[in-house]
Amino acid sequence: QPHPAKSQHLKEPCYLSVQPCRALVDEKFKVLVQKAPPGAQLTVRSHHHSENKHEWEAFGHYICDSTGPRGTYEGVEPMGLLWSLRPVPGSKPGLRLRKMNVETPMEVTVSVYQGHLSEDFSEQRALAAVVVERWYMAPGVRRIPVTEHDTMLCSGPGRFPAVLDLWGGGGNLMEYRASLLASHGFAALVLDYLTNELTKTTGKMMENDYFEVAFKFLEQHPQIVGSRIAMWGLSFGTAMTLKMAVYSNVIKLRCAVCYSGSHIQPVDGSVKDIKEYMGKKRENIRVTENQEVIFRDLTLPVPKDPAFKVDMGRLQCPLQVVVGLDDQSWPAYESAMDMKVMMEEAGNSHLLTLLTYPHTGHLIEPPYSPYVRTSILRPFPVKVLWGGETAAHSRAQEDAWRKTLLFLREHLYDMRNSAVTSKSNL
Amino acid sequence: MTSAAMDSIVAPLLSVAPTRALVDEMFTVRVENLPPCQHFTLHSLHLSEDNDYWEAFGHYTSNHKGTVVPQDYTKGGTYTGKEPMGLLWSLRPVPGSRKGLRLRKMNVCSPLLYTISVYSGHLVVGFRAQAPLASALAERWYMAPGVQRISIKEKAVRGTMFFPPGTEWPLPWTLGYYFGPGEMETTEMKSNYFETAFNIVKDHPRVISNKVGIVGLSLGATVAFYLATESKVVKPCCCVCINGHHFNPSGKHLFDLSYDSFKMHVRKLSAYWIDCFEYQESIIIIYLNFWQMGKINCPMLLVCGEDDQNVPAVEVADDIERMVRAAGKDRLLTRLNYPGAGHLIEVPYAPHFRVTAFMQAKEQKVMIVWGGQTKPHSDAQEDSWQKILDYLQLHLYSCPSLASKL
Repeated sequence: QPHPAKSQHLKEPCYLSVQPCRALVDEKFKVLVQKAPPGAQLTVRSHHHSENKHEWEAFGHYICDSTGPRGTYEGVEPMGLLWSLRPVPGSKPGLRLRKMNVETPMEVTVSVYQGHLSEDFSEQRALAAVVVERWYMAPGVRRIPVTEHDTMLCSGPGRFPAVLDLWGGGGNLMEYRASLLASHGFAALVLDYLTNELTKTTGKMMENDYFEVAFKFLEQHPQIVGSRIAMWGLSFGTAMTLKMAVYSNVIKLRCAVCYSGSHIQPVDGSVKDIKEYMGKKRENIRVTENQEVIFRDLTLPVPKDPAFKVDMGRLQCPLQVVVGLDDQSWPAYESAMDMKVMMEEAGNSHLLTLLTYPHTGHLIEPPYSPYVRTSILRPFPVKVLWGGETAAHSRAQEDAWRKTLLFLREHLYDMRNSAVTSKSNL
Repeated sequence: MTSAAMDSIVAPLLSVAPTRALVDEMFTVRVENLPPCQHFTLHSLHLSEDNDYWEAFGHYTSNHKGTVVPQDYTKGGTYTGKEPMGLLWSLRPVPGSRKGLRLRKMNVCSPLLYTISVYSGHLVVGFRAQAPLASALAERWYMAPGVQRISIKEKAVRGTMFFPPGTEWPLPWTLGYYFGPGEMETTEMKSNYFETAFNIVKDHPRVISNKVGIVGLSLGATVAFYLATESKVVKPCCCVCINGHHFNPSGKHLFDLSYDSFKMHVRKLSAYWIDCFEYQESIIIIYLNFWQMGKINCPMLLVCGEDDQNVPAVEVADDIERMVRAAGKDRLLTRLNYPGAGHLIEVPYAPHFRVTAFMQAKEQKVMIVWGGQTKPHSDAQEDSWQKILDYLQLHLYSCPSLASKL
């Protein structure tokens, strides 16, 4: 096999197109390679420079023949060029790809190379390349900092239902899910309730009324329909969501969404108490042979004492619970099963929609987000095992996102059985 | 209305997909959560770089599920029938605008912004005075991400080069001559101006020198005819010529004339030439010469708007065909005719202008009839663009065509 750089085989460039070249991150694209001779071996590669200057790549091997290409993904999966992005060899370990500035797009260069390459791409000449923009914000969405630790995202003008967006233990203000929600017709308020300036400077954690203040802000906002507010929590955010949904006298949710979390917590506890409770049983922390930390057993077994789990029988709004069955960080499955039993006994289980995904880990993010099995979770200087397997986890992200948007449309827009066509963003 | 009552009314959900696209890509507009079986108007609004407002609208009836999509049938508005892209191609200046406007994007590095809205009832005027039920913003781009734009100022040639992103491989190239009388500066156009421009491109390190094609509209097509037949210096790989004329006003080299005298010839003839071509061909033959189209040696695609009121595109194309056939070279010529299309055959979904203002000379604004009826003209733009892209791909990328969809 001649070295690709010296080969005479493909002297002329082939024609590469990605459609669409600009899209929201939850929209699909198609990759088309033309003008390559039959039998040609090709590698299609995606490449991205992240905001914190790391390089990520993914690639697939194809053969052009008269019956079409055979790829190394299962079947033909152009979106794999995104969800299988991983740090290039030689990168710092434990990286995770998250967009901090949602007002600019993520730029991905898609290139096609001669031959079946797996490394040393920078030493090869691409036959063709295109740049693809992936946006977290649709045109017209406005980003409105509310305080230094909360941001509202809204498209306007008009009045909208809203989602209160809570992330997990990693803290910081992650706006990318909220900006996508705003791009789909839901105003969204994302809160940094764990690592905001007040907590950083005084050490004082937010109290429960922090969430109630945020809710009231939305309820009274002239662009928000106050009776149509939902809460969406992931991981630790689930703990807060369930607490507010069940116990708050101020927060009246139209519906709630919980990803990769649990109802296990000291019911009368503040945010601080809950955090401490989560980390108490250190003896339950397991470590793999690769020094990856498994946190899921910290709150297991599911307590029988009602003082340590949210009383799901008192829930009065529809709830969608999304669980990765290989979640190594939180006991989301065990908690979901217990919640189901509690609600069946109380007679409100018709409110519960439970989605479980095999071989899916903890970080169930918007579709096509690159999958990571482990990463460094600040502030812990350890490599956390999230779980899951690349392809199954990526499919779960796609399916869960679509179903959650449908759930929100059903309850916040009264749109039952809304049609989902291939042309819509869902 | 009380706020409790307001609360129970949820806004319709209007979505545009994709929200960002190239100008030649389609989009779909969908409105959901409307009251069923009622009248609504879909409206698009665009503020041009010249600060004029342009709009288009269609009248719809929501179905029993409370949904409207532009694939539905519209019976009224600036477009009728099943026209998903009608909100773009039927755009026209809002009532009260200056006369003779034309919509052209000068800064191609930024997108065209369209506000797509839905209104209650079947409206015809007064959109901006009413609050829409819902709105979304769509971006339409002339440039894909990663395309580089480079101004050229070399050897008196002024132009812009656009490079596709990414690769270091040399690429095939298209040279676009796109202008009409009155739009260039009054500088002397030497005979070698366009040859110099062609060579700048051909000799560029990122260009495959024997894969440079030409696309020309109107006078740009005439330049292409000249280069393809008369130039001893330049050999285009292929030409795409849209609504050009092939006559040489003085029999001398077109660009040995100063621009002013060329303009004078064009103006003297333009009052008469349609009549001349149709009814007085013999007179034309006495007074005019034509580029000898039988001398072409490269493939050529002719695009003709049959309702072109500025250039007798069909008669010109007939004459070119005759000359090329007489020289035994008809395999080089491909022709596309578009009934009902006018002179300005642009990219898909661009608005149609039958008449616009035009600076014939300094301080001399005239209204020029370009021709065409909106719907057939828009269909021509959509159809011809794809065929032009396919034609350029066929001739400029020479590997046998085998598409691989990943």
